[in-house]
Amino acid sequence: MQLHPMPEFGSFTLLLALALSVYTLVVGGIALWRSRGALAVNIDGGTGRLGETARRAGISSFVALSCAAFALVWASFTNDYSVSYILHHTNRDLNTAYKFSALWSGQEGSLLLWAWLLSAYGFVLRMRHKVDVRLSAFASVILAGIQVFFLLLLNFAAPPFAIQPGPVATDGFGLNPLLQYPEMVMHPPLLYLGYVGFSVPFAFALGALMMRYPGEKWIHITRRWTMVTWLFLTCGIFMGAHWAYSVLGWGGYWGWDPVENASLMPWLTGTAFLHSVMMQEKRGMMKSWNVWLIFSTFMLTILGTLLTRSGIVSSVHAFAQSAIGDWFYGFILIVFAVCLFTFFKQKDHLKSENKLESLVSRESSFLFNNLILLAACFTVLWGTLFPVLSEYVQGTKVTMGAPFYNRVNLPIGLFLLFLTGIGPLLAWRSTSLRSIRKNFVLPSIAMVVALAVLLAVGVRPWQAGDDWQATLFSLVTFTLAAGVITAIAAEFLRGASVVRTQTGKNLLSSTVLLMRRNTRRYGGYVVHFGIVVMFIGIAGGAFNQSREQEMGFGDTVTLGQYRLVCQSYTQDSNKNFDTEYALLDVFRGNKKITQLTPEKRFYIASQTSSTMVALHSTLASDLYVIYEGRNPDTDKPIIKVFLNPLMNWIWIGVGIVVFGTFLALVPNMTRTAARALAESQVVEAEVHHV
Amino acid sequence: MFRLRLRRWVQGGMVCLLMLVMLGADPEARFNKVGHEMICTCGCGQVLLECNHVGCPVSPVMIGELHAQIDGGGSNTSIFNWFAAKYGATVLAAPIRGGFDNVAWIAPMSVFFLATIGTGFLIRMWTLRSSQQSPMRASGGVGADELRERIRRETEY
Repeated sequence: MQLHPMPEFGSFTLLLALALSVYTLVVGGIALWRSRGALAVNIDGGTGRLGETARRAGISSFVALSCAAFALVWASFTNDYSVSYILHHTNRDLNTAYKFSALWSGQEGSLLLWAWLLSAYGFVLRMRHKVDVRLSAFASVILAGIQVFFLLLLNFAAPPFAIQPGPVATDGFGLNPLLQYPEMVMHPPLLYLGYVGFSVPFAFALGALMMRYPGEKWIHITRRWTMVTWLFLTCGIFMGAHWAYSVLGWGGYWGWDPVENASLMPWLTGTAFLHSVMMQEKRGMMKSWNVWLIFSTFMLTILGTLLTRSGIVSSVHAFAQSAIGDWFYGFILIVFAVCLFTFFKQKDHLKSENKLESLVSRESSFLFNNLILLAACFTVLWGTLFPVLSEYVQGTKVTMGAPFYNRVNLPIGLFLLFLTGIGPLLAWRSTSLRSIRKNFVLPSIAMVVALAVLLAVGVRPWQAGDDWQATLFSLVTFTLAAGVITAIAAEFLRGASVVRTQTGKNLLSSTVLLMRRNTRRYGGYVVHFGIVVMFIGIAGGAFNQSREQEMGFGDTVTLGQYRLVCQSYTQDSNKNFDTEYALLDVFRGNKKITQLTPEKRFYIASQTSSTMVALHSTLASDLYVIYEGRNPDTDKPIIKVFLNPLMNWIWIGVGIVVFGTFLALVPNMTRTAARALAESQVVEAEVHHV
Repeated sequence: MFRLRLRRWVQGGMVCLLMLVMLGADPEARFNKVGHEMICTCGCGQVLLECNHVGCPVSPVMIGELHAQIDGGGSNTSIFNWFAAKYGATVLAAPIRGGFDNVAWIAPMSVFFLATIGTGFLIRMWTLRSSQQSPMRASGGVGADELRERIRRETEY
């Protein structure tokens, strides 16, 4: 019998991690049960020695899972084709970075990544348990429960270290070519960090409800967890969109595929939670709503995995499908039952401390914001599941493609954009008519001016023929965006002017100081600004143009202000793939601005082909060129050219959102410190002046 | 009388708008629009006019058929019906055949509409209730600092 030391080690560590997680769940649970009611008596929060052993077992499970992940990566780097997973997802000539990314290229590996990330989050939580010992103990036990589920899958349903029967192959079948792209090394871990991260606020919320946690401290504890998780999910989603744009070669970035929808749904409810939780934090309102928002967000991360892994809905890029759906059904049912039982048992603990006082207030804007985000989430879920419903009712499946989602979600998106602008301008409790007039005059003027300019430059729906709907939506988006940006800028200006009066600093320094004094508020504004920039980029899609043409030597294609001339077309090959490409000179007017080389690759190991898009990107538009292949009759390449206006604005908007979130995560400079800093600088300036 | 006249003006305006829209429609734009509302049936799952693999046995045939249908002068609905009859309902990028397909469109809009009404009603109810409660003491007396602190906390961003 042949020995496979590393896979055996990997399997053993997975089993060990399962045993440790079960210990954390059971013994941690018993410790909490035994110490119920002892909260006020024990200094450590009442979990005692037994609870401490459970916490340590939880920490150890992270070590065990890290060893398992290392074993799989090691097997990939050493070309250990005795492991079935490595055989099916790598080959000898695969680039080193992609050998590493093989960890999440298939189902078993991605489940291992999920479990490892969950244990890493758990590790941080258990190490920082002194923030609140008892609440952390509850959250630790709940996280252990989730981890047990994933480890059961890894040990019994989808083992990543399964040995391939028969003689060991000399080379692997290779990695899916679509995954051999730099962003694919980053996109799945970021997305998973987002998915898995929502387990932590979920665990804290459920734990706080189970123990009838007094006050809103659990929200303060989980605020950073939730924001970091949301940030990871945002980056993951948009990196995926950028990957789709650069690799799939159809000129777009979002196809409303079930896999994409699965990532969007928890993002929408997570965003709603981030907003509505402020109402609980500030005014003790919406407690039940918030609890269910975070429960739903967690369940949607699991539902998304279920939808794409079980084969319930078909997806273009579900890279890993199998029959583990039943396990997920069971898990979701258990989670839902636990949430429902706990909610009804502790419902009286969730009574609101305050009531809404005015229709025109920050609170009501948060309510409508939640309504919009949940309506969008429902639409996405409905669209994803409707084909299944249709087959059940009518006996025929239907397609729910971009036309459905665009038509239904566009009005919702515009309403959201509107609220992004007006929400932060409304005061808590109630907003006076005078304040409304004062805050809304400038944005309204900006909107009127923007509308007039847009109509003057030719954004006229009635002249757009069959594209009138898209042009109308773009017109409305650009107009609203002008209003929202003005509102945000006015808020900054107003605050900075006050700081300038207080400190005598210049406007820029005053703005920086203002942001440091209330990072959360101004970070939020920056995030909103980023969202508006993204909306502008998305609205630019209404003016996309494309042309497809066969191009021999010297042939020309013109699109917008660009002229492309084919200089040559040829083929090449290396160990990993054969490639065909064209060299195209790009001219604007008579000036050559760049040379593009769209490419089509044929990967030898996996016997599949993939497109490498050539891109010339500016702030105004993207020139997006695809090599579609050669016409077998003429042997000339077929080139498809897209001109996508304002595409870069989407990626820039994401960058701004990331910056704003980081800003909101930075602790506030206290007023005393801020004043001391300002005063010391004033004194310093005076000394220099003297 | 005034209402009747207003209605006539609205109707006239709608007809003019429709005329403007229809005058702007050309066959190429229509081909582009209709082609983006159908899916290539080769299994790639892409929109018909965005199916980008050379050698696809299906999309050139379907595109040819689409050209023929548009040249034949049929309405968009008749073209969609023709394709759905030939390739099955999954050829349409969105459910537009009527009957149960309408549920796909009605449900999200109804949920959105009802939720908006419900939220508005909820806010109204809460507002009325809170206005009936006695107002809090504004300042002075025992607990004034606590009250101020609470108001500061509640009104900060």
